[in-house]
Amino acid sequence: MGKTIAEKIIEDHYIDNPHDDIHVVRLDAVLCHEITTPVAINDLVNRGKDEVFDPSKIKAVIDHVTPAKDSKTALQGKILREWALRHNIRDFFDVGRNGICHALFPEKGFIRPGYVVIMGDSHTCTLGAFGAFAAGVGTTDLEVGILKGICAFRYPATIKINITGDLPKGVYAKDVILSIISRLGVDGATNKVIEFVGPVVDNMSMEARMTLCNMAIEAGGTSGICLPDMTTVEYLWAFIKDEYASKEAALEDFVRFSSDADAAYDRIIDHDVSRLEPLVTFGYQPDQVKPVKEIEPIKVNQVYIGSCTNGRIEDLRVAAQVLTGKKISDSVRGIVVPATTDVYRQAMEEGILKIFMDSGFCVTNPTCGACLGMSTGVLAEGEVCASTTNRNFNGRMGKGGMVHLASPATAAATAIAGYITNSKLFKD
Amino acid sequence: MKNFSGSVLFLDRSDINTDEIIPAKYLTEISKQALKPHLLEDLRLDEFNARSDIEGKRAIITRANFGCGSSREHAPWALEVNGIHLVIAESFARIFRQNMFNCGMMAIELPAETIDRIFTDFYGKETQVETNFEKNVFTLTADNHRLEVSFSMTDFDRVLVESGGWVEYADSRY
Repeated sequence: MGKTIAEKIIEDHYIDNPHDDIHVVRLDAVLCHEITTPVAINDLVNRGKDEVFDPSKIKAVIDHVTPAKDSKTALQGKILREWALRHNIRDFFDVGRNGICHALFPEKGFIRPGYVVIMGDSHTCTLGAFGAFAAGVGTTDLEVGILKGICAFRYPATIKINITGDLPKGVYAKDVILSIISRLGVDGATNKVIEFVGPVVDNMSMEARMTLCNMAIEAGGTSGICLPDMTTVEYLWAFIKDEYASKEAALEDFVRFSSDADAAYDRIIDHDVSRLEPLVTFGYQPDQVKPVKEIEPIKVNQVYIGSCTNGRIEDLRVAAQVLTGKKISDSVRGIVVPATTDVYRQAMEEGILKIFMDSGFCVTNPTCGACLGMSTGVLAEGEVCASTTNRNFNGRMGKGGMVHLASPATAAATAIAGYITNSKLFKD
Repeated sequence: MKNFSGSVLFLDRSDINTDEIIPAKYLTEISKQALKPHLLEDLRLDEFNARSDIEGKRAIITRANFGCGSSREHAPWALEVNGIHLVIAESFARIFRQNMFNCGMMAIELPAETIDRIFTDFYGKETQVETNFEKNVFTLTADNHRLEVSFSMTDFDRVLVESGGWVEYADSRY
């Protein structure tokens, strides 16, 4: 019997099987941000164990609230900053050089096919797009990761989603993943890895694959995962070119982790996207999804384009395509948040930021910001936001606010219309 | 080991997420104690009032997929500082469940029929749970009604509860 990519990676990193199906594995990287790490740091200090297992394998960023908005967030940044300094953690990214962790760390080349990485953040599953086992964890798992370079996981069961058909024009990875979450339900993949395969995934950029894997957690998944291919190698090439004689050699090394043809899956789902339309959520759960054209015109107060789901350069390009030559509705506050400093710079150089600004959008610095109701666009009671983020939970973007999740194209079109609507890029 | 017995808080809804357990705006707190007044503050649920219903409770009984969403360990911490160390549910989100055991607390899954039965028999009544950790039995009592429910727990979860959490266990072993 063959093995899945997740099984191969876990076995490759095996350290111990202390009980039941629990596998303690070696970590290739422990990723840290300023919200969930400071408590772990303080706890280690209080235990007299202010140590890190390997400073070169720890990466840290201040991203959730940056620049700091008040004394408390300033303190969180300070704790992380001083910790990185005293432990010689070189890969630390502060304001001006930072970005949303799940967009920044791939951009810096910190992820490889076959890696096991953890972070105190549920959307760590994003990094599975590179053929890695990437799992969000709590602060205690993070703390043990920092101290020992290990983490415990159940042996992974996998749901394989074979995405087939031709993705219609104007329909994007965000619509695909919303359709999958709607099909699986919000706990349909709990304790399981979601492996995204098939011709549609093969044709996707790394950015689009990250959008897919990013929302695996919204179906409860431990990690999203895509099989490494030449697209993966191309994305990483600048970081690995000294390690491999050629791109083909790199690919040959990476595909040893790829799932075997006779691997055993928990479920295999064929998901045809040929007739998929742009989707939007309508409730307080990310599996409550409808085609945009089937919902009543919903007036919005705010449109938010950004986050670890859809704040990458491709996302901004699509939104800018919709916004070119247009003004957003007078009744809409448009906010665009490039996911990283490099995305910001590239968007500036490509003239995308000018398009956003000419249309009436506010361009903020890279940060998690309003996605989780922290800053840069928190909603007031009763307000409605069309958002390219990943969670429409009650209160997520501000107490009493309503969030409708959609693709950047739909969000941009909504900003112009003032109500949720399809973009002109989608031909009905 | 922590206390796993006492008065029960019933939350009759599935998919209660960690934003509802503790809103993100409190993630700027460095101390666990600061989370105490904000537990379940954003949970909208008929007949539930966070201000009056949490005081004195020592356990939560709820439905499916409790603790979904954000990985924030602030959710178990907010329970912990309110004296709630036990959550019984039909199912849990992976990270929340692991966070509970990592903190030496218990997140125990019972079959849907058993959860239904408990809600039918006890919901709306002042209910106590007595946890027999050695024999894997919960005893629920309210008025003159008494129900014994056996539960299962993996050896790994048990050892985390006994050792006080994952940091202690991992540090002594690896």
